[in-house]
Formats: sequence, C-alpha cells, structure tokens
Amino acid sequence: MAQQREAAIVGIHEYPSRYAPDVSAIQIKATSIKAALDDAGLQWSDIDALYDAQDGEGGGGLGLSAYLGIKPTVIDTTQVGGSSYEFQAAHAMRDIAAGKANVAILSYGSKSATLRTPIGTGGATRSGSWSANMEAPYGSTLIANYAMVAHRHMHEYGTTSEQLAEISVATRYHAMRNPDAVQAMTDLQFVGVNEITVQDVMDSRVIADPLHLLECCMVSDGGGAIIIASKEVARNTKTKPVWLIGSGEATKYRENAGDITVSAGAQGAPIAFAEAGVNPDEIDSAMIYDSFSITVAVCLEDLGFCKKGEVGDYISGGRMKFDQHGGPALNTDGGGLSSNHPGMRGMFLLLESARQLRGESTSQVDGAKLAVAHGNGGLLGGDHTGGTIVLAAD
Amino acid sequence: MTKRPMPQFFEPDTQDFWDATKDEQLTYQQCNLCDEIVFTPRARCTSCGSDDLARKISKGEGTVYTYSVIRQNRNPAFADLGAYALAYIDLDEGFRMLSNVVGVENPLDDVRVGQRVRVIFEKQEEGEYLIPLFIPI
Ligand SMILES: [Zn+2]
Repeated sequence: MAQQREAAIVGIHEYPSRYAPDVSAIQIKATSIKAALDDAGLQWSDIDALYDAQDGEGGGGLGLSAYLGIKPTVIDTTQVGGSSYEFQAAHAMRDIAAGKANVAILSYGSKSATLRTPIGTGGATRSGSWSANMEAPYGSTLIANYAMVAHRHMHEYGTTSEQLAEISVATRYHAMRNPDAVQAMTDLQFVGVNEITVQDVMDSRVIADPLHLLECCMVSDGGGAIIIASKEVARNTKTKPVWLIGSGEATKYRENAGDITVSAGAQGAPIAFAEAGVNPDEIDSAMIYDSFSITVAVCLEDLGFCKKGEVGDYISGGRMKFDQHGGPALNTDGGGLSSNHPGMRGMFLLLESARQLRGESTSQVDGAKLAVAHGNGGLLGGDHTGGTIVLAAD
Repeated sequence: MTKRPMPQFFEPDTQDFWDATKDEQLTYQQCNLCDEIVFTPRARCTSCGSDDLARKISKGEGTVYTYSVIRQNRNPAFADLGAYALAYIDLDEGFRMLSNVVGVENPLDDVRVGQRVRVIFEKQEEGEYLIPLFIPI
C-alpha cells in the first residue's frame, strides 16, 4: 500500500503540572485544548470533530461539547483504557481521510495524584461484573497482572530483572533532561531525582514479585491536548505538520492456553506498519506505554523491534537511550516511569512523538523522521487493548 | 478466618460456578456443538457462539502457569494477609483460572511456574460461597 498523508498533528500541549490540586480535570482539558489550538494557530471555532475518552468531571462527547461551547459534527468517545488516544488518533485519521472532519481535538485531564488514586495497588474495585467475580476473591492488584507476565517471560526466555531495569534506567536518563519531568518527580516527592543505575532499580523495594518500585509508573495529575487536521488545514498552520501514516487496533484477553507474554500489539502493530509502508528498524523514536518495565519489554517484541523472547538482550547496554545507536530512542520525555502518568498515558505518547518529529524534544534524536506511539490499555496479562500509530516528519 | 470478598450477582454468568463451590465442586463449561472449553463462565461458546454449553466438574488438579507474590494491596480484605501468591492455574481439563496458591510456608520460595497444584475450598468469615484456592500436590 502506498503511504497516505491525509491527516497530521498540527497542535500539541502537555499540561506542565503533575500536581495540580487547584484545578479540575475538565479545566485541564479545556486549558490544554486552547494551548494546542494556539500552537497550531487555529481558532476555537475551527473545531469540527471531538474525540473524548470520557474523562474529566461531566465530560464525554456531550458534556465536553457543552462545556467548550462547540458543536462538532463528528463525536467519538472511544474509551479502551490508557491507549484510548491511539485509538482516537486512528479514528481521526480515518474520519479526516473520509472528508468528515477537518480539525479534530483529543484531550485529557486527570487528578490521580491529588485524589490519591491507588492505580497500581488498589485491587479490583469493579463489582458485579462476570470478570470481577472471578478476580475479587483473590486480591488481584493491577500491578500483579503485569508481574505475572514478567514471571512467565523470565521462565520461558530467561529474561532477568537486571535486563528489565535497563528500561527504567534509559527512561530516567531522558527524564533528567526534561525540566517538566524533573519538576514532576520533585513535586511527587521521588526519593532521588537523579539518573539511576540497574543496581538502583534492583535495590528498590519489590511491589509485586518480580517488579520493583523503580519499574512502576508514577501516579500524577496532568493532561494535554492534540489537534489533528486535514492536509488542507495543515498547509496553513503555524507548526510543521506531523503526519499520521499508519494505525492499528487490537484487543487481547485471558484465554485458556493463551500466551501471556504476547500483547495485543502483536496483532495491531503489523497492520500499522504495513499501512505506513515502513519497517520497525526504520523507526527513530519509540514511545511505548511504560506502565511498568515489562509492558515496554513485551511491546518492543510485539512491535517487531526484536523477536519474541529476545528483548532482554536487545535492551541491554543502554541501547534505548536517545544518543545511542542500534535501536529507537525510547520514551524520550521520561515516560510514565519518570515524567507523567495520570492513568491514561496514551496522550503523552503522541505528544512526545510529535515533539521528536518537530525537533523539539529535550532528548532529541538527530534528524528524527519516523516515530511510533504504542499504547497498551487495560491490564497486560489480563484484558487489554493495543493501539499503534506510526508518524512521519513533514 | 479470612474475609475474602464474596461474588456479587448483578450478573448471572458466574452464579452456577459459585453455587457449585458450596458443594466443593470446581466447574467449567464445554460446548456441546464444538467441544470448546469455556472459562470463565458465560452464556455463549467463545468459539462458535452456541448457547448449548454443558457444565462439567473439574478434578481440580493443574499446573501453575505464572504467578506473582503480592507485597502490597490496599484493599482492606487483603491488607493484613502478608505476602500472598496470585497465580494463573492451568487446570488439566484445559481451562485457565486466576486464584491464589496457599498452604506454603513462604510464597517467595515455595511457589514456582510449572508447579503441580490442586484445589481446596476456603470458607470465609462472612458469606455463603467457598473460595477455590490451590495448594501444592
Ligand atoms: Zn462451540
């Protein structure tokens, strides 16, 4: 398939604060939408398509339209967990290519830090669903689902905690170059706001065996917004367009005799790369949902950066750092581990991919031309979604 | 005695499974049309869509597919349990179930992938249903 360039990210904003007790989530969304429109040089009244993950107080397809005072003619409320924004970007590409939309907004606002939401260790709270009834009696926590993937990966492929720690090390290396990430770690009272070593990760306490504290994402406030526009609109915006050239969507869930070390990305990512007409080894920047170290490890394999089972060797030796060769730069904003994770990190995967391809990252890959954003929503090891977006510089 | 949360039947799909626990039976479904093993319980076959599903009783023996020893859970029912092992168990009849491996001195040393286990049914401080857990064989 020939690569299509119908839709582009033309405006971005990442809400800078990760601890924002004095604003609401919907205020974070509206503030971010305005800032992203300003970035693009577009007006409030230009918005004709609304994509919303039903976050924020009174938000959703209807609530956010009313709050903003807009009357979009495309309304998409896809909510599939943290990867919702990759799914929404895929739908915006499709709707724009079909001529149904010209200026699409995606936004996110969350108060997870202020509200002290125990994302990782809170246990099952959904009650009365057929799946909750089979989980709640066992004290299953969110992180334990990921930890069980890690144990199986270790058992089958000999992957070690030291290897997985390389992901935390590279991500923190990038975070220390991002002033917003440094401020985030400071505001959220990280024990050490500094670069870390594999040994530091190994010495941090185990939360759910075999995952250590420094392999777990932070719980922050925050949000952001993205403007995706048609190529006609993109011609006249203030910023260099970042083209959306491929998308893939998939689900994965627990199955009898299923392979827990394979994520939804294995189904969706090849579709995205094929549509884009690029191979994983051409990718300069990989933004992969780092809820935990193991999420990145599994997804690197499933996206085709290395073979299943070989990620331990692949990520060793600092290969994922932005100034190293032999692989894409990983999570150059500092990731969910060390920069921003209010619960649905998919937004930031697209934001940092756009910054890389505009040449604006604080850990900028020289001459970056191609990026991939891969969100994993729900529970790796349990029921989850994978959304993949391939992006290209203008 | 432990205080694990009881299932809540705003939904009907797992009712039969939990009712059977009162007789210390671990049950699963199998499609009468295509033989697919279905678990967790639901209304239709995941392979062919049929609603002609037979309920079968498992021998309750299986293998630990993977596990994690949880050190921190803020849910009050588990906060005081100490470290405990959450695991996926592959039952010999061909279904995979989330549960806990118990009856070991130290879950960090005594639970492993590939371990053979069998079901036990644990009575709770409150509630009528017994909770299926697994112990090493
Ligand atoms: Zn069937």
